[in-house]
Amino acid sequence: MKLTGAQIVWESLVREGVEVVFGISGGAVIHLYHALPDYPIHHVLMRHEQAAAHAADGYARATGKVGVCMATSGPGATNLVTGIATAYMDSSPVVAITGQVATPFIGKDAFQEVDITGITLPITKHNYLVTDINELAMTIKEAFYIARTGRPGPVLVDIAKDVQAANIEYEYPEEVNLPGYHPTLIGHQRQIKQAAQLINAAQSPLVIAGHGVMLAGAEAELRELMEKAQIPVVNTLLGLSTIPEAHPLCLGMGGMHGEAYANKALQEADLLVALGSRFDDRLTGAVETFAPQAKIIHVDVDPAEIGKNVRVDLPVVGDLKNILQALIPLIEPANHPAWISKIGAWRVESAQRDILEQETDALIPQYVVRHIWHATGGNAIMVSDVGQNQMWEAQYFPHHKPRGLISSGGLGTMGFALPAAIGAQMGKPEEMVWATIGDGGFQMNIQELATVVQEKLPLKMAILNNGFLGMVRQWQQLFFEGRYSGTPLLGPDFAKVAEAYGIPGFTVREKSQVVPVVVQVMATDGPALIDFIIEQEENVYPIVKPGGSIGDMVRRPQPEEVKEGDSR
Amino acid sequence: MRHTLVALMEDKPGVLNRISSLFRRRNFNIESLTVGHSETPGISRMTIVSEGDDTIIEQVEKQLYKLINVTKVTNVTDEPTVIRELALIKVTASGATRSEITGLVDIFRAKVVDVAPDSLMIEITGTEDKVDSLADLLRPFGIREMVRTGRVAMVRGNNGRKKPEIRD
Repeated sequence: MKLTGAQIVWESLVREGVEVVFGISGGAVIHLYHALPDYPIHHVLMRHEQAAAHAADGYARATGKVGVCMATSGPGATNLVTGIATAYMDSSPVVAITGQVATPFIGKDAFQEVDITGITLPITKHNYLVTDINELAMTIKEAFYIARTGRPGPVLVDIAKDVQAANIEYEYPEEVNLPGYHPTLIGHQRQIKQAAQLINAAQSPLVIAGHGVMLAGAEAELRELMEKAQIPVVNTLLGLSTIPEAHPLCLGMGGMHGEAYANKALQEADLLVALGSRFDDRLTGAVETFAPQAKIIHVDVDPAEIGKNVRVDLPVVGDLKNILQALIPLIEPANHPAWISKIGAWRVESAQRDILEQETDALIPQYVVRHIWHATGGNAIMVSDVGQNQMWEAQYFPHHKPRGLISSGGLGTMGFALPAAIGAQMGKPEEMVWATIGDGGFQMNIQELATVVQEKLPLKMAILNNGFLGMVRQWQQLFFEGRYSGTPLLGPDFAKVAEAYGIPGFTVREKSQVVPVVVQVMATDGPALIDFIIEQEENVYPIVKPGGSIGDMVRRPQPEEVKEGDSR
Repeated sequence: MRHTLVALMEDKPGVLNRISSLFRRRNFNIESLTVGHSETPGISRMTIVSEGDDTIIEQVEKQLYKLINVTKVTNVTDEPTVIRELALIKVTASGATRSEITGLVDIFRAKVVDVAPDSLMIEITGTEDKVDSLADLLRPFGIREMVRTGRVAMVRGNNGRKKPEIRD
């Protein structure tokens, strides 16, 4: 069967199980779009290519399948870059397909020509420029294989326009041949035995559960390990939802804005078992002072993560699910009562300091997030943006639903949440998806409200609107003499903007309105947006000073500690 | 410490770019880098000299191996290895100095590969130290141009005695 290059792309995508592609058409992908209507693939026309990449990423994170985005050459391709980098930092399986100018024009600075394989070289797991139609089908096959296997990541395939138009006899390859790519899946038996010995000997062990647990689908194994040996678990931001936070052994998030008791546990543990976490600086704080008493076991599918950021006593490289399955039978049941009761006491102290325990009529964001949690029963897929809103979501929405939190952890990309939530909702049409976004991040991809309407998505959007680029403002308040430079932020009336797109919009100014409006929105079939006008200068606590040790947290000032004249 | 790494990679467009980009992006140092064909068609062989402590070099090896097109990475620093570099040196040579220069060339078992009325071109192969020494001795005569290939390295004898892949 003779097919055009464009038909080969779609045919190959269908073979890879792709059902949805997020993209924007253009001159260098016009052949691809011409062929598209003949294939059973739903194309979501986004309003910006950055959003297309985030949507593909959100789709991938919600479903575990490869997300696909598409853009034309030049500016279309460069607009993808932030989204690709976001997916790369968070090991998200995305395939980005871009059009390139026709082969004879490459290198001539042709109209809308850009070297997108050069540009994306350091932010993709791998990338390809296809200038020969004979290589097209194999390239697509390899791109999907690389994106989804081992440590997942984005792969970009740049296809010259003349390749899309050419004809060839089509045959989809069954196998890939990648002599330099063999992800290690089975853990080293001796290292697994040593890990068991360390765990069995530990007095105050602690598991760090990262995003890798989710990527490996090892949630059940994680739970079995921690319950068998009664080991408390601290999550990274992206590791939240891998274990229900209501679980007595779950300490929630650690790190810069982690729970004080989680950070104390990290600092006092005698053994850390890091599962699919890369010891990001937002978790470790100053590495010299991180977990000073602990031996560290690091289990990761990527050997290059071992020893990259912290010293590791015992590495185990391979697929986390496989490794835990081999490890659990070697673990002796244990209780660690002294260790667990010590953590329990820290927990009580933290709970007493919780702002939700304090009497206030102010509309505080923590209250909003907690009541979205109540209203949804915690069963929504939460997509958070970046900054204060992201930390409040992580702290006050106790996740229990696997893959229930989608957020840009590594790159910290503002503007991520709305398009990523669109992707998540496309991938999980039956689920309730909530996006919690600051007024800053929302204005970075606000144009995607049109996509929400176009796709008739029942997405719920909560804007935590404090009129500031809030996290930076908080740093300025705490560490830069209160000089609010470049952080006060003007925004539109978001409810009216929503209405203009045909989305019901609500503005909430009073604490008493939070629950009724959230409940009303939950009962709405279609999309809805709530603009919560929150306390402007509310802060995220605890906070570890930049460059500081996670053992040295700045806690929320208690009412009696607030100094005279303090604006709080 | 200086480390010598030997990497094998698929001979595909952009591979050299991937490697140099990796060193820049991860803030690794490259002292020299040479690349050419290996014994296997379609596979290139690169010798990289990099300065750094053991932790950094371990990262260099692992990050190199992570590149999809790289098939094998070996750190040969502690192996019995033959190390060579080739240099071409164009040195000012008048009638009066020519014989003195060729004397030095003989001592170093180098070769004169081009003779012009006022200069000689010398080819030398050897370790970097040997090339440095000859260059130092020739400098007083006036080195007009010099090109050095950078280090190439190969482990002696039966290098199958130890599995060299970094994969575990």
